[in-house]
Order: sequence, then C-alpha cells, then structure tokens
Amino acid sequence: MPGGSGPVADSHSRDVILARIRGALGDRPAPRPVPRSYERSRDFPSVLDLFAERVADYRAIVHRVTDPVEMIRSTLAGKRVAVASDAPPDWLVPDVTWLREPLTNADLDTCDGVLTGCAVGIAETGTIILDGGVAQGRRALTLLPDYHLCVVRADQVEGTVPEALARLEPTRPLTFISGPSATSDIEMDRVEGVHGPRTLEVLIVDGGTA
Amino acid sequence: MGDTTRNPVTWLGSPAFPTAAKTALADDQLRRNLKHATGLIRTKRAGAVAELADWEQLRLSGEAIKDDVLANLDTYLLRFEESVTARGGTVHWAKDAAEANEIVLRLAREAGADEVVKIKSMATMEIGLNDALQAGGVTPIETDLAELIVQLGNDRPSHILVPAIHRNRTEIRDIFKATMPGTEDLTNEPVELAAAARAFLRRKFLSAKVAVSGANFGVAETGSVVVVESEGNGRMCLTLPETLITVMGIEKLVPTWQDLEVFLQLLPRSSTAERMNPYTSVWTGVTPGDGPRNFHLVLLDNGRTDTLASTVGRQALRCIRCSACLNVCPVYERTGGQAYGSVYPGPIGAILAPQLGGDMHDKHAASLPFASSLCGACFEVCPVRIDIPSVLVHLRAKAVEAKPRYSPEAIGMAAMSWVMAGPRRFHVAQRLAVAGRLLSRGGKIRKLPFPGSKWTNSRDLPAPAKESFSAWWKRTRG
Amino acid sequence: MLWYSVHTGKLWVQISRHPMSSSGSVSIVPTEQRAGRVALFATCLTDTFFPDTARAVVRLLERLGCSVEFPQGQTCCGQMHFNTGYRAKAAPLARNVASVFAGYDAVVVPSGSCAGMVRHVYPDLSVTPGPVYELSEFLVDVLEIEDVGAYFPHRVTYHPTCHSLRMLGVGDKPLRLLRAVKGLDLVELPAAESCCGFGGTFALKNAEVSSAMLADKMSCVLDTGADVLTAGDNSCLMHMGGGLSRLQAGVHPVHLAEILASTEEEPWVTPLATR
Ligand code: SF4
Repeated sequence: MPGGSGPVADSHSRDVILARIRGALGDRPAPRPVPRSYERSRDFPSVLDLFAERVADYRAIVHRVTDPVEMIRSTLAGKRVAVASDAPPDWLVPDVTWLREPLTNADLDTCDGVLTGCAVGIAETGTIILDGGVAQGRRALTLLPDYHLCVVRADQVEGTVPEALARLEPTRPLTFISGPSATSDIEMDRVEGVHGPRTLEVLIVDGGTA
Repeated sequence: MGDTTRNPVTWLGSPAFPTAAKTALADDQLRRNLKHATGLIRTKRAGAVAELADWEQLRLSGEAIKDDVLANLDTYLLRFEESVTARGGTVHWAKDAAEANEIVLRLAREAGADEVVKIKSMATMEIGLNDALQAGGVTPIETDLAELIVQLGNDRPSHILVPAIHRNRTEIRDIFKATMPGTEDLTNEPVELAAAARAFLRRKFLSAKVAVSGANFGVAETGSVVVVESEGNGRMCLTLPETLITVMGIEKLVPTWQDLEVFLQLLPRSSTAERMNPYTSVWTGVTPGDGPRNFHLVLLDNGRTDTLASTVGRQALRCIRCSACLNVCPVYERTGGQAYGSVYPGPIGAILAPQLGGDMHDKHAASLPFASSLCGACFEVCPVRIDIPSVLVHLRAKAVEAKPRYSPEAIGMAAMSWVMAGPRRFHVAQRLAVAGRLLSRGGKIRKLPFPGSKWTNSRDLPAPAKESFSAWWKRTRG
Repeated sequence: MLWYSVHTGKLWVQISRHPMSSSGSVSIVPTEQRAGRVALFATCLTDTFFPDTARAVVRLLERLGCSVEFPQGQTCCGQMHFNTGYRAKAAPLARNVASVFAGYDAVVVPSGSCAGMVRHVYPDLSVTPGPVYELSEFLVDVLEIEDVGAYFPHRVTYHPTCHSLRMLGVGDKPLRLLRAVKGLDLVELPAAESCCGFGGTFALKNAEVSSAMLADKMSCVLDTGADVLTAGDNSCLMHMGGGLSRLQAGVHPVHLAEILASTEEEPWVTPLATR
C-alpha cells in the first residue's frame, strides 16, 4: 500500500528539532495576552446587498431570486450538468441532462457545468464556502467543470470573516471560493480563468425580496 | 547549521548584493516591468487595507498570535502532530533541506510516481526540492502560472508571490511559444496566456498520482492545513492525486481555528490586494471519498530553530509570506528579486535568508542585511508587524562581528567613534575637515578618490563650512 | 503675526492663528513655562557642514520666546555606527549625548533621524534619553505653534524623510508649518513618501541602488517646478541636493528650519550668494 511508510526513519529528527526549540527558547518569553480588539461583526446596512455586490465585484454573475428553480431551468436548459448525489429533487428540472454522483474525473472534465449549494457565505469579502455538506458533493465536483452555478440561501450569509468561520466545522474539507478562478501572475493584475471554473454564477435565494 | 551540507536557501555562487544589484540595475526592461507591477500592487493594497477600519487591530492580533506560537512552538507542534495523525495523516520531521528532500522523494517513489504535480510553495523552493526530485528520477511539474513561467523559462524566481514578476506579458508569451506545443498563434493577452496554461496542465492534473504542496497555515488544535491560492491549480493538486505530500515550515502554525479569522483577513489584502483570494482550501488529515487517500506532512526546520534562538531575529518567523514588504521596498523595486540570491528576496529575504543560512562568514549572506536604506516602508505594511529595519540592523552587527577585526571599515568606524566620543577631539577634527574646502569649488566637492567616489560618482558633496556652528557659537555667545 | 511681552517677569507669546488678520483668534502662551530649559542638539553633520541650519533654529526659537542653550560637549548621536552594525562604537556616543543633555526639559534636534535614534534606539543601548524633539514636533506639540511668523516668497516642495515619517511619525506637522509661512507657494511632491536613497552608509555600500533611487526622487522634484526643496533632515537634503547640484538643476535644498527662520526683515538668501 503506497503511503504505508511511517515516519519511523525521521523520529530521531523529531527529537532533535524539539530539543533545538527548547534550547532556542531558553528565555521562554512570557506569554502575552493576544489582543482581539478587531471587529468580529460589523454594522452593514444590508448583509445580503453587500454579499451580492461583492460577489459581483469578482466578475461573477449574481442573481437574486425568491425561488431558485426557475432560474436553474432558464440557465441550465439543454446542458449536461453535474450534481451531488443529495441535490434537492426540486432543483432537478426536466430540461437539463443531470449527471449525478458518483462520476469519474473524465465525466466532470467533459460536462457543461456543475450545480451546488453551499455552507456559508461571507458578505464583506464576497466569498462562498463549501464544506462537502448537503448538495455540495466532494471537492472535485466544483473544480473540474468549467462552469459553476451555486445556490446560496439568505440565512447562510454572514457579514464578516470571523462570523463565517465560527459557523464552520474545521475538520470537514473546506473550499472558500471568491469569484471565478483567477491569477495575478501576469504583471500583478487580476485575470479571470485559469484552472478552476472560468464562470461562476450565484443564485441568492431570499424569501423577502426579488 | 547544516553540519554536512550547505543550506540551499541562498543560491550557491551568488555574488554579494551590491554586485548583483549593479547588473540588475542595468537591465532597463526589468526596471520597467518591476516599476509597473510594484506600482500597481502598492496602490491596490493601500485601497484594500483602507477598507478595514480595524486593520491596525488585526495587525496587533496577528503579531501576538504568531509570537505565542513561537514562544510555545514545541507544545503547538506536538498538538498539531497529534491532531493530524488522529485524522489519518502521517507526520514527518526534517531537520534540514537534505532530509526533507529525501523524505519527499522516498514517499513519491513509494507511491509509484515518476512525475509529481506541485503547488507553488516557498518551503519546497527553499530546500531545492525540484532539483532533488529530478536527480532522483521524479519529474516535478510546477502548476502555478508564475512558477510555470519560471520553470519553462529556465529562470529563477524573483518574488515570493509572483515568481515571474520580472517578466512582462510579451516575454511570457515568448516563453510559452518556445516551450508549449500548439501555441504558435498565442498573443500576449493575459487571458489567452492563462488559457494556454490551463490547457497545458489539465492532462497533468488528471493523470498525476502524487502532489506536493506547501502550507500557509496549520491549525494546532484541529490538525487542519490551509492553502491560499488564486488559480485553482492548488485545488487540483490537493484533491485529484491519490497521495498528497505537504512540506510545511515549523513556524506556520496558528493555535486555534478561530485564529484564522485574523490571518484570512490580513493575508489576501496584503498580498494580492484582494478582499479574499479566489480559492482557499482547508483539509484535515484524510477524508474518505473526498481527495487524497494518503496524506503526508513534512515539518521542516532548516534553520528555523537557529533563527528562533535570536531574541531580536526570531520575529522574522512571524512572516506569512504575503510579499507586501517586497512590493513597497524601494530597493527591491529597482533591483528585482534575483539580485538577493535567494528564494526569499526583498526586505523579508534580507533578514530571513541570512538567518536560515546561519553563516555570516558567507560574503553574499553578510551583504543582504545592508541591502536597505532603512526607510521603514516594509515595517509599515507588514501584516504581522515584523520590525524589519531593527532586524536588519541587528544582523548588520552580526555581519560586522564575522568580519576581520581590522578591516578598513572597522578601523574607520573605531577612529570616528573615538573622535566623536570627546567634544575636544571632535572640534579639532572639524577644524581639520575645513581643509576639505581645498578640494571644493563654489563650496562643492565634485570628485573624491575611493571610497569617497562612491558618493561623488553621482552627487556633489558640500564642503565643510568655513566655521562650524559650535565654533561660531563659542565665538559669538560662548 | 506674533510678538512678545514681558509679563510678571515671564516671557509670553501671543500667536494669531490667522497670520494675515490681526483680529484672528488669539491665544496667550507662556513659552518658557511650556518649553522649560531648551537645548539645541545640532547634530554632527549640521554642525560641521550646515551651520546655517543650526543658526536658523536658534533664531527661530528665540523669536518664539525660548532661550536656547547649546551645550558644547555635544558631538554625534551614533546613528551611523549603530546602523552600520557597530553597536559597541555607538554606545559611548549615546552615553555622551545623554550626559551632555541631562537636565534639559527639551532637546531640539533639526533632524528626524537623529531624534529617532535618540528616542527609539538609545533604550536598546541601555541609555535613557531625555525628552528629545524633532524641530517640527517641538514647534507644533510643545509650543503649540503652527504659524511661526515666517516669510519665504519661493516655490517650495517638501520631502518627508523616512525616519521623521515612519520612526517618529511627525505626520503633517512640517506641512502645517509650511502652509502658514507667508509668501510660500507649497507644491506637492509626487511619490513624496518614497525614500530618496540616502540611508546613511547605504549610499556608499549600495551606491548604484542609492543613485537609482535618487534619480527617481530628483525627477519628481523637478516635476514640481519648485525652486526650493525642503526637508527636516540635512542628511537626506545633502544627498538630494548633491544630485540636484550635479545636474545643475537650479533647485536649492533648504532645511525646514531655515525657511521657518526667514522673515521679511531678515529673509533667507540663496546659499550661493554667501559662499
Ligand atoms: S515580512 Fe511581513 S510584509 Fe514581508 S512577506 Fe512577511 S508577512 Fe509579508
């Protein structure tokens, strides 16, 4: 079994490094309390408006709807779209060819796009976080297709980074998505579209406003 | 440090900084590329930071959290090891570059790979992993766009975040055309260049058995590892291959999950000047049915514990590799990164490379702390408040200690200190200095012999005044 | 406008916040009480090369009602030694400064970097410094004066030197002082906060990089069309002025103190005229 190789060979180094650390910290700097005077939450006039605006800032396409199904139909009709095995049945409208997990990498690489839900959204940074929970599937699902349609419920959106992190279970595999895949590697300017989905479309589902 | 082998954190045979800088300064294209890129990112960073009213409080927290990690590094490392292991990962410890390279090569071979895909990682660059893998018959494939540009161009990195910052779009197009099949009609449009890289690497991602990554953060409490990226190449490497090997410097920890709320605000705004980078991945050990089946974590020392031993210098280990200090540095802006002769260039490189390397007798390493006008712009932007100017001065003292006691400079400094320590001697010296007026015309000296020529090559020097202020005071008021 | 009057044996200063009108809000400040015993720390560079600056500080402070002392035992703050890595050689100089200036209520330094050295580095050399102030700090924070009654009919641009900006944090104090100077046409320096490239021994050890930084700074200075380049530090001014002089650019480097000391009765004259 590959990877069965244990760290036995390096256990000596472990002792050496720990001993070096204890030696280096001969002075054992006295613990200082960590100041946490930054803002854990902020007073945004409307968290949802901000979320929509900031997601769109990354050149993602944003829609605000009261019911996602119509928008799913009009956006995906005629396409071959991957979904997690536990995608809500009402999303699976008839005019779309649905590819349900389990799928191979080749399936994902050749489909037209993927439809998922999410775990949490961050308004201030325009971020969507997936944690592999309901309707999100494994990480490769939202990575290989070139197009990602993501449904975000209003109650999933938090204002700030600290508020969002507090809602997550850190030991789940997490993916934070802020706009379509991009790079700043050419002259330090952001260009969309490298390895991840080149188009990100977000449906914000808000029972109140349309 | 490095009892048997040289620490590859600095590149073998690098000239001292002033010499390398001279070559870099003569490259007009490089100067223009750097000026353009650093100018752009500086303005953008200032805007991204100004958006957060509590930026200074976040910096103070970031500093304190990292100081806590360093002050209790042994405890946190053990806690981290325990958490990673409990979630199905395997933890390895590497004292130095050679040992880390050996571990990664062994693991890659055991997984039956002759090729590994790599996410850009400073730690693996620092240890020269690519050369070691290649020598061991395993081909490393860089998947980060800038790394790919450097790799395909047979070049060296010049920036922490954007290793190909010294290249402009046209140069990148030319490198791709020369090395990627099917790119004959490529233009220099960034979108097209990115698409070419996407097509070139996709097959590699789908077939690779092993991926190698670095880590931006490790959470001691949970064993979670965090990789912050833009392009999605990181996600590919972290999720598709069966085996994932992560090389992480021992200082990359944060104590708790909550601590990340500070760094996930500080890092993106400081590095790419974004509210959030496009993709951040967090994983803990192995998750059945999602991602790699084998996860190996290599904890790397390679000079970090030596750095930790210095009460002044250890703050360099707070660094989160955002590269903000490079982007604002007036020296970096003119010379670019390669002149520093290390994977860590710019202000952070000037304090980190010599400390990790641990040999101030090395002329190149000893020249790095002097590669700064001490203007302090780096400290001002550093998200974890590393007082880089103070560490530079501290390391200058180490460099001086390593020099022969009777170097011309040391003698000059000692003489000046002796003269200045006594006001009478100082006043005599001032009167003698007036003789310097003989070299001047119109109160200006235009040409001096070496080492004064270092000044007068590009600037005039005022002649000492006919009467010093203290002499005037004594004459008129004393 | 400002003037002095002796009142119950104490020196008082009256300052009008509106220099052009005599009816502006007026505050009455007992300068000696506020400043106490004031000493000038001229710094070795200014003492030797730029005595006009030191004389200007004295003239200015006396005009504002301070009595200024110049302790003859002063030499050098030790910054060059310290910053070049010769800590042990800096220590005796630091001790000398501390002992020469012991007992003063305010030590005024016409140099941001020397003031920064004394305030921020001396503790690290186990030397306890007295209360030192860079000139603009002393004027604005201690004397609480922005309009010093100066007259300087020239086009001026101001370079904030790195140590005054980032080590001391003088902020816009020098600019506030300059804005209140009668006749002065202040033009903003592009990329003002970029280092001029001096950096002490950096200018020699990395002469080429230093010169490249200087070239960019000079082009910004020339862009302003100013006749006078000012700053709070003669070391940086010597560097920038040396470059401008080599180009024969016709821009004079003038220390902030000399601008603030200049009055209608005794205006600043270009240094070439006196050489
Ligand atoms: S030293 Fe500070 S500014 Fe420079 S890369 Fe590290 S964290 Fe960023």
